[in-house]
Amino acid sequence: MKRVQFEHSAIPYLFIAPQIIIISIFFLWPSAQAIYQSFLLEDAFGLSSQFVWFKNYTDTIFSNAWLQAAGFTLIFSSLVTFLSLALALLLAVKANEVIHGASTYKTLLMWAYAIAPPVAGLMGNLMFNPIIGDLYNFMNLFGFDFDHKLDPVDAGFVVVLISVWKQVSINFIFFLAGLQGIPKSVQEAAKMDCNSSTRRFWTITFPLLAPTTFFLMVINITYAFFETFGIIDTTTQGAPGGATNTLVYKVYQDGFRGADIGGSSAQSVVLMILVLALTVIQFRYIEKKVHY
Amino acid sequence: MERPSYSTHLILIIGALFMTLPVWVAFATSTHAPETILREGLQFWPGPHLLETYNEVLFVEGGVMKQVTGMTMLKNSMILGIGFALGKVVISMLAAYAIVYFRFRLGVPLFWVIFTTLLLPLEVRIIPSYEVVANMGLLDTHTGLIVPLIASATGTFFFRQFFKSVPDELLEAARLDGATAWGFFQDILVPLSRTMIAAILIIMFVVGWNQYLWPLIMTTKEENYTLVIGIKQIYQVLNEGGELPQFQKAFALTILATLPPVLVVLIFQRWFVKGLVESEK
Repeated sequence: MKRVQFEHSAIPYLFIAPQIIIISIFFLWPSAQAIYQSFLLEDAFGLSSQFVWFKNYTDTIFSNAWLQAAGFTLIFSSLVTFLSLALALLLAVKANEVIHGASTYKTLLMWAYAIAPPVAGLMGNLMFNPIIGDLYNFMNLFGFDFDHKLDPVDAGFVVVLISVWKQVSINFIFFLAGLQGIPKSVQEAAKMDCNSSTRRFWTITFPLLAPTTFFLMVINITYAFFETFGIIDTTTQGAPGGATNTLVYKVYQDGFRGADIGGSSAQSVVLMILVLALTVIQFRYIEKKVHY
Repeated sequence: MERPSYSTHLILIIGALFMTLPVWVAFATSTHAPETILREGLQFWPGPHLLETYNEVLFVEGGVMKQVTGMTMLKNSMILGIGFALGKVVISMLAAYAIVYFRFRLGVPLFWVIFTTLLLPLEVRIIPSYEVVANMGLLDTHTGLIVPLIASATGTFFFRQFFKSVPDELLEAARLDGATAWGFFQDILVPLSRTMIAAILIIMFVVGWNQYLWPLIMTTKEENYTLVIGIKQIYQVLNEGGELPQFQKAFALTILATLPPVLVVLIFQRWFVKGLVESEK
């Protein structure tokens, strides 16, 4: 807060009103609705509904389909987070070393940030198309018997590959900014003490990048949970047999395609709790950073 | 600095190819005839049908109902991107101004209300949000498309952070000169924030342009499709027509959907990176 402030009674409310009104109508009310609906069971025609306590929760969450989606989401988000972070870190470290062509590399590595996940998904889908897709033929060249329409692992591979591709650039931007924030004096002192660049990286640079890495982990997990919706919807759509359903995609499918409002809402609420937990972790960590 | 080794450059070149090649191949393939693509697969070199394909995609009606052209979708995407960016900047600047520069009773609780929007992404409350917009009769309207998306607090936090870094002396001086609350905002704070506004506009344009789930569920008429949602629907039609699959058109549409946000990011690269890195702090 500012030391010097205006002291008016009505004016600040006018300034803050637009945002509060939008939030109330399009955020608070729907969120409350989602929680309320998760306790209701509607009949097949949506004409009447009754309060059923936690039946929707127990019905959906202990169903095999939900557990399958939860399992896939866990594996999927771990893979996407780890691979895109590792790849981006490697590229950022190398881009930070070069002098010649540094800005060209930077541009080429970060521009894909602007591509929408569903567009990336559609491009990937075309590349893996059995009729024209060179990637599809390439995978089969080595006798993999690759078929992402039928094989769950192959389908997962396609979704992970496209999701990682889409996420490398934003991680790269943040890692590069983090690397450039490390003082020159620290780097030079480290260089005097230790000749091996690999060891210098793991003992000096990597620990100094820890705040960036942790922040990016949260961003990437959120991405893998939510934003990959567009990639899944334009590639596998959860096929084969729900093997590539993420939790968010299942909320959409059950709610819009299956018209199971109660069950879908219950899944939404579980997701809300998961995101909440993630945010709490993030903020506890940020508090720590402030004390340093 | 020691000279970086060849392996450093090699890794960077492989990385750059990994990031650019798919989009290049998509573009090159879009400039060939459907027969060529069907016979030979993806293309690496541009072909002779560039104008023909893009002309058809932009100006000839496609889609299930044959009611939407690439131009219409381009226009809708522009409206969404620009409307989203402008709306977000205006609303979040006003709110951040109230939070930072005024002491009022509901200030802290309202700040927390805004904060909660960071916790719950649209995806987890998608069905009730749809119902609200449907009940207000806003399906298939620009208002219904844009306004629910600008509820989130990211912009407010960005400007709050920036306003806090503005020296207190400015307000003291302005008040000695008899500036009103609106006058200080308009004449001093907004001009001071110009770079910040530009950075956030660029990021938000890209974010708005790339929206998928919300436009997907709340547009029902083809003439309201944005490029990002329209390409998937049209892609399905192209493949299920029973005629020759029009892969070149599908590729051309993905390129069209990619081009504007990529250009914006490339042209304003410096501001964009600054805005991105600063806003997430």
